[in-house]
Amino acid sequence: MVSSTDHLDSLVTQEYKHGFVTDIESEIIPPGLSEDVIRLISAKKDEPQWMLEWRLNSYRHWLTMKEPNWAKLEIEPIDYQSISYYAAPKNPDDAPKSLDEVDPKLLETYEKLGIPLEERAALAGVAVDAVFDSVSVATTFKDKLYDVGVIFCSFSDALKEHPELVKEYLGTVVPTGDNFFAALNAAVFSDGSFVYIPKGVRCPMELSTYFRINASNTGQFERTLIIADEDAYVSYLEGCTAPMRDENQLHAAVVELIVQKGASIKYSTVQNWYPGDENGVGGIYNFVTKRAECRGDNSKVSWTQVETGSAITWKYPSCVLKGDNSSGEFYSVALTNLKQQADTGTKMIHIGKNTSSNIVSKGISAGRGQNAYRGLVKITKGAEGARNYTQCDSLLMGDKCGAHTFPYIEVLNPTAQVEHEATTSKISEDQMYYCRQRGLSAEDAVSMIVNGFCKEVLKELPMEFAVEAQKLLGLSLEGSVG
Amino acid sequence: MLQVKDLKVSIDGKEILKGISLDVKPGEVHAIMGPNGSGKSTLSHVLTGREGYDVTSGSVSYLGKDLLDMEPEERAREGIFLAFQYPVEIPGVNNMYFLKAAVNARRVHQGMEELDALDFMDSLKEKMALLKMDDSFLKRGVNEGFSGGEKKRNEILQMAMLEPKLALLDETDSGLDIDALQICSDGVNSLRNKERGFVVITHYQRLLDYIVPDFVHVLADGRIVKSGGKDLALELEEKGYGWIEGIDAA
Ligand SMILES: Nc1ncnc2c1ncn2[C@@H]1O[C@H](COP(=O)(O)OP(=O)(O)OP(=O)(O)O)[C@@H](O)[C@H]1O
Ligand SMILES: [Mg+2]
Repeated sequence: MVSSTDHLDSLVTQEYKHGFVTDIESEIIPPGLSEDVIRLISAKKDEPQWMLEWRLNSYRHWLTMKEPNWAKLEIEPIDYQSISYYAAPKNPDDAPKSLDEVDPKLLETYEKLGIPLEERAALAGVAVDAVFDSVSVATTFKDKLYDVGVIFCSFSDALKEHPELVKEYLGTVVPTGDNFFAALNAAVFSDGSFVYIPKGVRCPMELSTYFRINASNTGQFERTLIIADEDAYVSYLEGCTAPMRDENQLHAAVVELIVQKGASIKYSTVQNWYPGDENGVGGIYNFVTKRAECRGDNSKVSWTQVETGSAITWKYPSCVLKGDNSSGEFYSVALTNLKQQADTGTKMIHIGKNTSSNIVSKGISAGRGQNAYRGLVKITKGAEGARNYTQCDSLLMGDKCGAHTFPYIEVLNPTAQVEHEATTSKISEDQMYYCRQRGLSAEDAVSMIVNGFCKEVLKELPMEFAVEAQKLLGLSLEGSVG
Repeated sequence: MLQVKDLKVSIDGKEILKGISLDVKPGEVHAIMGPNGSGKSTLSHVLTGREGYDVTSGSVSYLGKDLLDMEPEERAREGIFLAFQYPVEIPGVNNMYFLKAAVNARRVHQGMEELDALDFMDSLKEKMALLKMDDSFLKRGVNEGFSGGEKKRNEILQMAMLEPKLALLDETDSGLDIDALQICSDGVNSLRNKERGFVVITHYQRLLDYIVPDFVHVLADGRIVKSGGKDLALELEEKGYGWIEGIDAA
């Protein structure tokens, strides 16, 4: 019989399924960062003067900042001067108007990733704003959305077509100087997505964006801004995967969500970037700042994330609950295998009265993976009747991995109710045996048990995403228990 | 179909099975009885390939193959089913989804097409009606929060769906109320046919009133110390184990 460790070794060393590189000609600015580079980026994108000023101010701020202190992370120093800060497919001016005009190579890439754009778009009724490298090259369903007044476009387009909206909201949730990576992003961000849902509109379809890093040695600095005006609703999906690389690639995105009175935003992520080899070499560094501000009363935001990729993940999707009765949710699955490290969690800042937050975090560690949940629940003085419930479960596979939980709780209002529960478990030999006795392979058994463990989170994902996420979890873990 | 020859098994160097021989032919029902800790469950585990047991000597052949050489899932797909004494809970894994995966794993192995959702449901509903199980069990996690008796009934449901060639039932009767015992026994009996073999582990003669065995074996301290027909169970019920040679009257 195959022993557990053999199983583990053979399957853990499986090659990354999405490891390939498309050779679309990229227009790349030489590596290095300076005010001139920022001017060049801004000029290439034909940006208004205020945007350039905003970038430059961010850059100057960034220069005064220090990298965060990597609490639990083991990380090689990043040389910011060796990164190229802009890459775009050739001739962004004559960007395709429809899928027919999209470079077939690009479509092929999506195909390999299992993202048949046209099919997905047509069959699932999902509008896809595909971000390839740094510039959007295909947008579908724009018209249908336009009819109801929804704006869903690339950040660059938004800057051209709706500069007043961008100017009003950009940086109001994550200020340029919020943290080291947010400041860097503000200085050099290349592109991203922009969504505006007008008052009282329920967005008629799930909005989805696929990110993919593809140019060699090019950092990715996406910027996403989503505004749900009063009583509006939108569900936004973000998913990404990257090709195999020898050098670590830095990704420092910023996502800002603005939720007005009575509005609701559901933001779902499935992240499957290249995790590196079993020594962590070549994996993506994913340092993301995601924050939502519930500005109005009765507003609601829900973050759901499934993180299986990247060598290092550092992200804390947060909710600032300003409006009375506003609520924030955070559902997370973070899986670390190989030598992956994840330090992720959320911040729930309760400001308004009767605000509530719910946190469900599922950490899965296999191989030599290290998984930390870091969460802050802050109840400010005026947050009468605030409630938080946090549930943090860790699942360990094997004995070389680790799980850590760091809950920070600050309560400044005595009426608050804050509850925290944490568990750590292992996939039991009994469960494995039971599944195998019923004819399931060890891989299927692990996949099934892990998916069961994550169920509370996965059920929050939109249907087609949930299926993908389930496959991903199985794939990322195959054979981690024999 | 199953030939166990002089099987010796240890756990962590301690010998648990001390030379078991058992021959099950198609269509036969063998009951195994015996005191607590005598090795009944161990035998069922070794036959189904659970890890952690050292087979120090002996052999097991199943349908002409060396059973001990097969992975647990292979044995299952080849038609060996164990109804567990203590079915495990798998939180969050939908009971119906689990069962469908199990059924299809076996079908694929046997070169059959996977059952689609509709056919699967038809067959499932039928079996559930037979076992008087409520639909709500399908939506719950595998054994998650099931009562002891419900878990046992769920095992029988799985057995009915998987249609094994050789079924091992480890104390399926314990934890069942009187009606449930009848229902589960009917479930088992409905599966009895000329091809299918059964090994039924139990402490109670009562079960054997419903599932009438062809043979009864007494397992004590890792050995089969007595074998007989169905009357042996009655005798055991009456006199206990003390009178049998090879069992220390404790
Ligand atoms: N993992 C283990 N480590 C050590 N001893 C074990 C282990 N598993 C079983 N044993 C021992 O092996 C012996 C046989 O156990 P087994 O479960 O097979 O008994 P059983 O006949 O099924 O008993 P019962 O009627 O109580 O179910 C017992 O003494 C038990 O303590
Ligand atoms: Mg037992």
